[in-house]
Amino acid sequence: MAINTEKNLYTVLFAALMVVVVGSILAYLASGLKPFIKENERFEKQQNILYAMGVNDNEGTGSVSFISTDRVEEVFTSYIKEQLVISGDQITQDDQAYLIDMKKQLAARKKGQPFKLPVYIGEKEGKKFYILPMYGKGLWDAIWGFIALDEDMIVQGVYFDHKAETPGLGANIKERFFMDDFEGESIMEDGRLVGIKVIKGNNDPANTDKEDNAVDALAGATITGNGVTAMISESLNLYKDYLESVRSN
Amino acid sequence: MALLTKKDANLIIDPLADNNPITIQVLGICSALAITAELKASVVMAISVVFVLGVGNVVISLMRNIIPSKIRIIVQLVVIAALVIVVDQVLKAFAYELSKTLAVFVGLIITNCIIMGRFEAFALGNGPWRSFLDGIGNALGYGVILIIVGFFRELLGSGTLFGYPVLGDPIAKTGLYSIGYENNGFMILPPAALIVVGIIIWVQRSRNTALIEEN
Repeated sequence: MAINTEKNLYTVLFAALMVVVVGSILAYLASGLKPFIKENERFEKQQNILYAMGVNDNEGTGSVSFISTDRVEEVFTSYIKEQLVISGDQITQDDQAYLIDMKKQLAARKKGQPFKLPVYIGEKEGKKFYILPMYGKGLWDAIWGFIALDEDMIVQGVYFDHKAETPGLGANIKERFFMDDFEGESIMEDGRLVGIKVIKGNNDPANTDKEDNAVDALAGATITGNGVTAMISESLNLYKDYLESVRSN
Repeated sequence: MALLTKKDANLIIDPLADNNPITIQVLGICSALAITAELKASVVMAISVVFVLGVGNVVISLMRNIIPSKIRIIVQLVVIAALVIVVDQVLKAFAYELSKTLAVFVGLIITNCIIMGRFEAFALGNGPWRSFLDGIGNALGYGVILIIVGFFRELLGSGTLFGYPVLGDPIAKTGLYSIGYENNGFMILPPAALIVVGIIIWVQRSRNTALIEEN
């Protein structure tokens, strides 16, 4: 071939053309697939919220199994009775509150801008569940989840997820053997909101002590575990006033 | 006529054993340490690398005569990154669950030195078909080691395989645990991967002494 690939002009042109071609392919693909991806994310959020309140397809002590995507919308509307948005002192109803992105709200809060906090109120077999979103950071990247509480501030269920925790170690926060431990724990101690700590060496691997505000940590995932502890206490503290009003009712 | 000539077949077979990217060329160690605590993660990573290296080698090979040598590394990186993003986006739209398991690996695939190593050492100098075979062969060679390491680390570290308990329940003390067996927590930490890879290298070289480097 007669192209001189050593010339500077050729190099620059090649680079420019490559950027345009690759850029347009990726942009075209991203915008074309966006509706599908958004839909998937919406279903996932509904599945996660339902999971936290114990509505799922789990069998025995096996792995996490959500309500399937083809019926999650219907199940979600039948279990989640109310969706509230707390913004400053105001509490309003909004049936799209589950789409609120906690990451953006916390970023706004950090900058001192107004922010919104969603609460999802679910009802199962006559019992009320107050489900709150959580957002924090693990070892490598973001971790998030949902926590379902009853009127007495006892945890009814949790769901954790993560962006990039180490597989086999920190990534195990989204496994049932870890999440199930939170059930029955109280987030209060002597009337104060303390959250739940993920601690090493509390000599309680089966988590039979529900009075200690603590669950057993994952081996090899200290920083992820500390991240979960911090995420729970920081996220719940945002809702302090609201939880207080629920408790005193 | 055979499907592959002997020379072509060697492109696939060699990296599986005598020219393995991990145990002989010692490439791709970083990702081998990071994700082999579980067998499932190892398998997912192996499949992803087979795809990216197979397709990437062909793309680079097709462009080999028009890539300016001054910026060839950048071009290679763009090809890898674009491929990985395409896979990620398509999975997110049509196989959401799978894409979530894969999310961790996206960054690791881009930085995997086996991929750039093969682009540089093979695809830039060979035709698309041979490059494709070379890519698949090296990715499989990488995957085999990953799966072996993942198997031992998950079995000895967590007592499970693909998440299923195979040795019994460590908390309820059933199966092997009832006679006092304990999981070795060290196996799920990254240094254990180095030790397992080291043992594989040792076994391989003691079986085939031709592989031992001279000092």
